[in-house]
Amino acid sequence: MSGFAPADLSELRDIVAEAVAAGESLEVVAGGSKRGLGRPLQLPRSLDLSRLAGIRDYQPSELVLTAAAATPIAEIEATLAAAGQMLAFEPPDWGSLLGLPATAAGRRTLGGVLACNLSGPRRIKAGAARDHFLGFRGVSGRGEVFKAGGKVVKNVTGYDLSKLMAGSYGTLAALEEITIKVLPQPEAVSTVMLCGLDAAAAVRRLSRALGSPHEVSGAVYIPASSAAALTSLSGVSGVAALRLEGPLPSVIFRRERLLAELGSDCGATSLDDESSIAFWRAIRDVLPLAGFGDRAIWRVSVAPSRGAELGEAIARRLDVSWYLDWGGGLVWAAIAGAEDGGAAVIRAAVRGADGRGTGHATLIKGSPELRRSVPVFEPQPPPLAALASRIKESFDPRRILNPGRTVEGG
Amino acid sequence: MPTPDAAVVERRADIVEALRHIVPGEGVIVSEAERRVYESDGLTAYRQLPLVVVLPSTVEQVAAVLRCCEQFGVKVVPRGAGTSLSGGALPLADGILLGMAKFNRILEIDYDNRCAVVQPGVTNLAITKAVECAGFYYAPDPSSQIACTIGGNVAENSGGVHCLKYGLTTNNILGIEMVLMNGEVIRLGGKHLDAETYDVLGVMTGSEGLLGVVTEVTVRILPNPTTARALLVGFPTTEDAARCVAAVIAAGIIPAGMEMMDRPAIHAAEAFVKVGYPLDVEALLIVELDGPPAEVDYLMGKVEVIVRGHNAIAIRPSRDEAERLAFWSGRKAAFPAVGRISPDYYCMDGTIPRARLAEVLSRMGGLSDRYRLAVANVFHAGDGNLHPLILYDANKPDEVERAEAFGADILRLCVEVGGVLTGEHGVGVEKRDLMGTMFDESDLAHQQRLKCAFDPDGLLNPGKVFPQLHRCAELGRLHVHAGRLPFPDLPRF
Repeated sequence: MSGFAPADLSELRDIVAEAVAAGESLEVVAGGSKRGLGRPLQLPRSLDLSRLAGIRDYQPSELVLTAAAATPIAEIEATLAAAGQMLAFEPPDWGSLLGLPATAAGRRTLGGVLACNLSGPRRIKAGAARDHFLGFRGVSGRGEVFKAGGKVVKNVTGYDLSKLMAGSYGTLAALEEITIKVLPQPEAVSTVMLCGLDAAAAVRRLSRALGSPHEVSGAVYIPASSAAALTSLSGVSGVAALRLEGPLPSVIFRRERLLAELGSDCGATSLDDESSIAFWRAIRDVLPLAGFGDRAIWRVSVAPSRGAELGEAIARRLDVSWYLDWGGGLVWAAIAGAEDGGAAVIRAAVRGADGRGTGHATLIKGSPELRRSVPVFEPQPPPLAALASRIKESFDPRRILNPGRTVEGG
Repeated sequence: MPTPDAAVVERRADIVEALRHIVPGEGVIVSEAERRVYESDGLTAYRQLPLVVVLPSTVEQVAAVLRCCEQFGVKVVPRGAGTSLSGGALPLADGILLGMAKFNRILEIDYDNRCAVVQPGVTNLAITKAVECAGFYYAPDPSSQIACTIGGNVAENSGGVHCLKYGLTTNNILGIEMVLMNGEVIRLGGKHLDAETYDVLGVMTGSEGLLGVVTEVTVRILPNPTTARALLVGFPTTEDAARCVAAVIAAGIIPAGMEMMDRPAIHAAEAFVKVGYPLDVEALLIVELDGPPAEVDYLMGKVEVIVRGHNAIAIRPSRDEAERLAFWSGRKAAFPAVGRISPDYYCMDGTIPRARLAEVLSRMGGLSDRYRLAVANVFHAGDGNLHPLILYDANKPDEVERAEAFGADILRLCVEVGGVLTGEHGVGVEKRDLMGTMFDESDLAHQQRLKCAFDPDGLLNPGKVFPQLHRCAELGRLHVHAGRLPFPDLPRF
């Protein structure tokens, strides 16, 4: 594949404008670590943004950072850490999950994480990537430079186009500069582990914890079958884990309260700072399901109270390893042996017995054939699909940027 | 506002008849006296009688009304409680006003999933009232929360004093049901988190009623913090106060609220509520911390050390809940307090990078001299959202014009120092003509083309947000310059 690698905004604009004139579509990439997400593309040319890198403005006390779109996540996280701050939405590294070479992880970029709206376990407390996306500048599929949002944490001027870019998989605009909200790192972290629970009992406890004032910032359940992949859990079955972060005296107080309130009738223990950080990094990166070879990997978002039932419903019909994040609201599943990767069973489970269940199932990993033959993203009702198509049209009428990445013909 | 369409005004009787087929009885309001109630919102300087007022009570009626208006080519202005401070619900002479007040039911409270499903006409505070018995609340708390509705909050992406820690409306809603101008009903989100691909819910939030009409909202509810304490701190200069705010955040502390008032605001508030604010200071800071007592006490200690290092001359931690509320009562009464010392006031709403605060306040003082109008400042210091209150008297010749020109200059100043026109009140009609100071033509065209995807005929709340109306066909035209590569030597691989 041939391609372009613009060095600045005006080169980026010229390349897209030229592609518009020629009617030739472009695959938008930077680090390439997320190339396997979405529907497979076979486009003649790529638009490689990786030269648009570097932090442009960062003042810790403003809680705002502006960087070129393809700035590596590693560089941003290191800069933030030096000032005691972080990306609160915990951008995951799915390199192991997707079976990428170790070098790919270092190539994750800010633009890629935001364009796919990827968030880790802290989503339930701190919000998703989209909640931290304050503004941007880029080139739309019309070959025109435009910007939206701002460089301050609170802004309602004009439509919130940053939200639309988050999760658009590069189908509306090639981003050139991004401004994000950053937050202080917690002073301390601890994890309360509740052991020997079945899924339903675990989710009830996660729900109680999340409904308590103890400010839980991570809530997972790992059934015995998936626990082996996490070294700190080997030999333990059915673990619900709750993360607490904040000033040290507060973390200690809340840990004791959670242990007392939830751990009295099951095996309960806690992890210290270091083990907690390693544990939640593994959860963030979906390591419980990494190393499963060619299994199809699904990420399913549902109402938290449905997570346990959903995981078990899938397990009754398919060969699956699964676990729950987001207090039960995020089901991760690795499916073996199903021709459609499990799509029919999983999507029926999301709709539920009465057909009215809300949520969505995304095929995160699968062969190109599988990602072509089943919808990678949850099919939308016709009025919403038509609206999405009109939104694409408004930014990219000639279908230049990543056409077909999210929906067939889209 | 756009010139009223005489042809539409002439067909008023036909339109009323068609609407009466959809919404029976008192749901269609025609008489001038009753329409008068709706002639303005919280931005009372602007008034306009709507052509007709329609008060639907079901989503089917909303869909039918919008379809009907699309067929007639009639404009529609949606309205919740009408508390907008930017004229977002200002009616149109040739448009119907779609009042959502009858959508006033809480449909479901789901503590297991920590959410509530409500109709858009439910007030912001009513959501908290409905869940507080179980120890929960709805976080965004605009100061109009007793009256403003959740539908209006979604339209304006409303904030409040606790946004820095708990976010704006957009960070606290999980789903909506909405109706497009063509009558299609679309459900977005639900009790689960995040959208796949295009985040239509995210872009609907804060769209000021220009994209669709919200008919149901699923909000996230949060458990109440165990305790909250406030620290009241006076400073000899606004520079000291501003540097202190930056130092608190740089120390890794995100307070639940961090509010600043300048000398005129402090004096007006103290004269009104008499809570013992220090009067010999240039700036007053209220820092609120919440969480378990162990955390609040610990952070309170850290904040006290920081304020002492920034020349604080009066430091008072709240000793009990009554004192904490007293500290807040002055800040919360700042607007009416200013209303007591001036016949009229005009509330602005820019956001600035906090590092520029002292400079902005000083230049605002210069503008105040030039326009011969006093200004008092209250400030969501944590997130940089400034609320200057311009004092004027509408009965004096040219004071309204001077106040508006002064306000526009303040907002231009906010943009100049790297900030934005509006932090939480919205653009509406008020700041519409200033959009060009922040966005160029291409920026605005990309926004307006998005509107075309929702409302191709431009019938939903036109005249708000955008300084110029363009037809969608004109906006969509693509200017393609076919020919040579502009940069034949660009790196390729």
